[in-house]
Amino acid sequence: MPAKLARPSAETLAAGTRQGLTPAELARIVEILGREPGELELGLFALNWSEHCSYKSSKHFLRKLPSESPRVLQGPGENAGVIQLDDELAVAFKVESHNHPSAVEPFNGAATGIGGIIRDILGMGARPIALLDSLRFGEPNVGAHRNTPVLDLLRGVVAGIAHYGNCVGVPTVGGELYFDDAYADDPLVNVLCVGLLHQRGERGLQPYGAVASGVGNVILLVGASTGRDGIHGATFASEELVGEKEAKRPNVQVGDPFKAKLLIEATLEACNVGARRAVPLRGQAQDLPLLIGLQDLGAGGLSTALPEMAARGGVGIELQLEKIPLRTRPMTPYEILLSESQERMVLCVPTGSELRFSRIFHKWGLEAAVIGRVIAEKSFIIRQEQHLLAQVPIEGLAGGPPPPDCALAAPDVVGAGLVPALASPAPASPQPAWEKPADWQARLLALLAAPGIGSRRPIYQQYDHTVQINTVVGPGAGDAAVLRIKDTPYGLVLTIDGNGRYGALDPYQGGAIAVCEAARNLVAVGAEPLGITDGLNFADPNDPEVYWAFAQAIQGLADAAQALEIPFVSGNVSFYNQSVRRKIPPTPIVGMVGLLRDINKRVPMGFQAPGDLIYRIGRARGGIGGSEFLKLFYGRGEAFVPNASPLLDKVELAFESRLLQAMRALAQQGLIRSAHDISEGGLLVTLAESALAGGRGAELDLDGRSEAELFGEWQSRFIVSVAPEAADSVARLLGERELPWACLGRVVPEPLLSLIGAHDHHHTSLHLDELRQAHEQALEGFFA
Amino acid sequence: MSGYLVKVLVEPRPGLLDPEGQAIERAIQELGLPEAHETSVGKLISFKLPGGSLEEVRERANWIGQKLLANPVIERFSLEVEAL
Amino acid sequence: MRAAVIVLPGSNCDHDAFYVLSQVLGVPTDLLWHEDVGAHGHTPLLQYDLIILPGGFSYGDYLRAGAIARFSPAILALSDYLARGCGLVLGICNGFQILTEAGLLPGALARNITRQFICQTVRLRVENADTPLTSALQTGEEIELPIAHDQGRYVVAPNGLAELKRNRQVLLTYAGENPNGSEEAIAGICDPKRRVFGLMPHPERNTELLLGNGDGLRLLRGLKQT
Repeated sequence: MPAKLARPSAETLAAGTRQGLTPAELARIVEILGREPGELELGLFALNWSEHCSYKSSKHFLRKLPSESPRVLQGPGENAGVIQLDDELAVAFKVESHNHPSAVEPFNGAATGIGGIIRDILGMGARPIALLDSLRFGEPNVGAHRNTPVLDLLRGVVAGIAHYGNCVGVPTVGGELYFDDAYADDPLVNVLCVGLLHQRGERGLQPYGAVASGVGNVILLVGASTGRDGIHGATFASEELVGEKEAKRPNVQVGDPFKAKLLIEATLEACNVGARRAVPLRGQAQDLPLLIGLQDLGAGGLSTALPEMAARGGVGIELQLEKIPLRTRPMTPYEILLSESQERMVLCVPTGSELRFSRIFHKWGLEAAVIGRVIAEKSFIIRQEQHLLAQVPIEGLAGGPPPPDCALAAPDVVGAGLVPALASPAPASPQPAWEKPADWQARLLALLAAPGIGSRRPIYQQYDHTVQINTVVGPGAGDAAVLRIKDTPYGLVLTIDGNGRYGALDPYQGGAIAVCEAARNLVAVGAEPLGITDGLNFADPNDPEVYWAFAQAIQGLADAAQALEIPFVSGNVSFYNQSVRRKIPPTPIVGMVGLLRDINKRVPMGFQAPGDLIYRIGRARGGIGGSEFLKLFYGRGEAFVPNASPLLDKVELAFESRLLQAMRALAQQGLIRSAHDISEGGLLVTLAESALAGGRGAELDLDGRSEAELFGEWQSRFIVSVAPEAADSVARLLGERELPWACLGRVVPEPLLSLIGAHDHHHTSLHLDELRQAHEQALEGFFA
Repeated sequence: MSGYLVKVLVEPRPGLLDPEGQAIERAIQELGLPEAHETSVGKLISFKLPGGSLEEVRERANWIGQKLLANPVIERFSLEVEAL
Repeated sequence: MRAAVIVLPGSNCDHDAFYVLSQVLGVPTDLLWHEDVGAHGHTPLLQYDLIILPGGFSYGDYLRAGAIARFSPAILALSDYLARGCGLVLGICNGFQILTEAGLLPGALARNITRQFICQTVRLRVENADTPLTSALQTGEEIELPIAHDQGRYVVAPNGLAELKRNRQVLLTYAGENPNGSEEAIAGICDPKRRVFGLMPHPERNTELLLGNGDGLRLLRGLKQT
């Protein structure tokens, strides 16, 4: 559309630039309004058009992600995605990042991250039942000093998650953690929350949503009162962290998990009441359910939440600022509107029912105030007493800014711009060192004790993972967390995965592998993957190479999801994760939810019975680029061997799909006693983990194998154990499906992991106690 | 505005194990005050009370200190009352 | 038998206790909002044989765990309940903290010696099986229950400890590692009359074989039998 050139005034340009708006965006604003914007209006646009709220640089690509399946009740675009389990049950889930706030103030940043994602789930009318975290920090380098900046960040983030999650009574059942110097300035804190939705009377399973409708209906602000917290958090999330972090401190909100717990209970009570039909009013039958819509107040506060609700309902909203309960006075209209005070939600309810809903929140000791009404004019109108402060077309705010002009460019060496170490090429060697036979005991113990692989117990024992009494497989106990759903035979299976090293080597593979790895974790337990939520963490999208990597990663995610037939239902994009010194590698993170129809058919990770045969199912050889092993023993640069190198493994999606189906068939037919996917650390680490988890030793025909074979991290492999009487059936099933497999040995009663030479029966062993000690010491001292 | 500012200082009872105090003491010592000792962590609770005599305000503050603000099994408290 | 689970603002194990009592133990159970009880509330506690104060973070654990909750109408009504009736009171985790703050059980629960929240399954030794709560167990046997708390270090004055021992009020102690630094590894106690019980471990989190070995059910069954 050839728009006539609108020219913002010099004052508008200056004020708008201060708020992060570009000249093109300011021109568009003047065009939308047909006049110069007021100060408050400018703030509204700055927030609504921020990267964080508008997805302006990403939404074009996000459309590529497949989001269809018969089970999808709510796809991308809402506060969370919703997948149906049966006629009476559905799950809502979403990943959200809180990277920038956690970098500035780790405790409160992480805590409010938990609060925000919990309210997103609540916004669908679902009860939050589980949390998982995906964390990235710089190398801990724990030496004599235990107070490195990285450890301070890690401790703060973990303490913040524990503080909020434990108090609010939602179990933290899983997660993942990687260390790499690329994240030293920009730690990543992505949180996945899962909620359960029961059918509600006439409303059935239909999730609630962030919608306002019905002219004259009431906008109710509930929860905490409004203070001067986190003004401009959304625009902050869209900036690079430059200069002094001290100066950023006023932006960070403080969470109150106690109030959040009250808000959960009160909101769910309102959702239950709201599912009933309205009583006929003066003879006029109202066909609306009592609660029309609800929305959490996150980034941008009321300034973004209300336009979003109005846009969905095709209406406008008139807001009366003086009705908003304030915690501190005085506050300017700008501050009130943009406040990111936590533990607040907005409800749209039919006129006449405001008292009924307010009472619910008052009972729980929370605020509830009528702050506005739904109007026919599709505008966001803001008044204070009689003064008109802003009047902006909803479509202009919610429709987002003109697409920014970001260029894509593939770098000469993939990852070189993202990881400085890549700039120096890997040494060419005809016979790489890792092809020599492994000194496996020393290597294995070192890998198990590496912060990237070892036990996360020091972290997860700070999280309440058993509250709500559903946790059947908790953190550290399996490839994925398993929750029972009360009064059903179901198991809900949850995981979160993403490896930034793979993303740095090849962003397409980083995306594809993240989906495959998450699916493998669910399938290892025996579950059917149902849906994906993604957390896309990247550097500045205005950098053509970063933007190229973003497009590549999305394509990888999309292709893998298509191949495995798993829909994306929600997600989050976090850009600008870079400092003056470094950029994070492309880090797409995948949260995945799966279903076990019969929880009693779950497959454990550990070896179960002596005499069981141990099989590797999947690819026999592949590239070892990006492995924990290369990083640990051959230096960080080698771990990031560029994508030109044959060392980098590429996932074959058709093969992966066949493999996962076979694994599910094995689980369903009860043919395997344990299963564990081979990921970080490679084959031998996986075998050791299965031995430790089951408390059983193993004899393996792997002596004399090369380091690459034992510790390489190529894709599409599982370790399973099989009772001898099931061996024929397993072989037949794998044969029919043309899947490679090998018998590596057997489970033994002695607590020893032994490698046996094929010819000379040479025998080398490690005691399980040694393995356990190494595994448990990985994060030792990090929290002392 | 007339009235009083009451400050209630709640501290762990002497002799009771104070793990937070010990951890902070270690940090204080490491950062250059090796002679620091007997570190303890408490909390300061302040509130305002209108009117009345200083005596009366002290008495009421003392009452709420005993009833709510400190747990005598593990804590003790002291008061500061300041006329506004 | 009828039981009530008191819901305080910030309780988060209230639904768990309700589920276990009603579904697993089969005891008719009500969830009671704390303000609906007591002098001005409409639900008299005396109709219940068992009152459960569930785990959680009542009033956010602000000030001290249990310090504010002890003034809630439901907690204030407990003295009358104990004086006039013959029912039992069981405080789990935050419930235990509230009972000590309210003076219904001796001692106090201070911050864990590790200065961290601890969530793990622990082994516990049964010190006295001769009470309604522990009646289904044997003195000296070991059971497994989860703990999940930040302020679980049991502290009591020396003369109070002597009295606890004299009256055999110590019910459970941590066997092996003492995870929170409790005095004499004490994990659960009762009052001298064996009607008020406080436990830091969560029996309600281990009553089904799907979730553990069921030791929590063996413990809670004792209450049903009395």
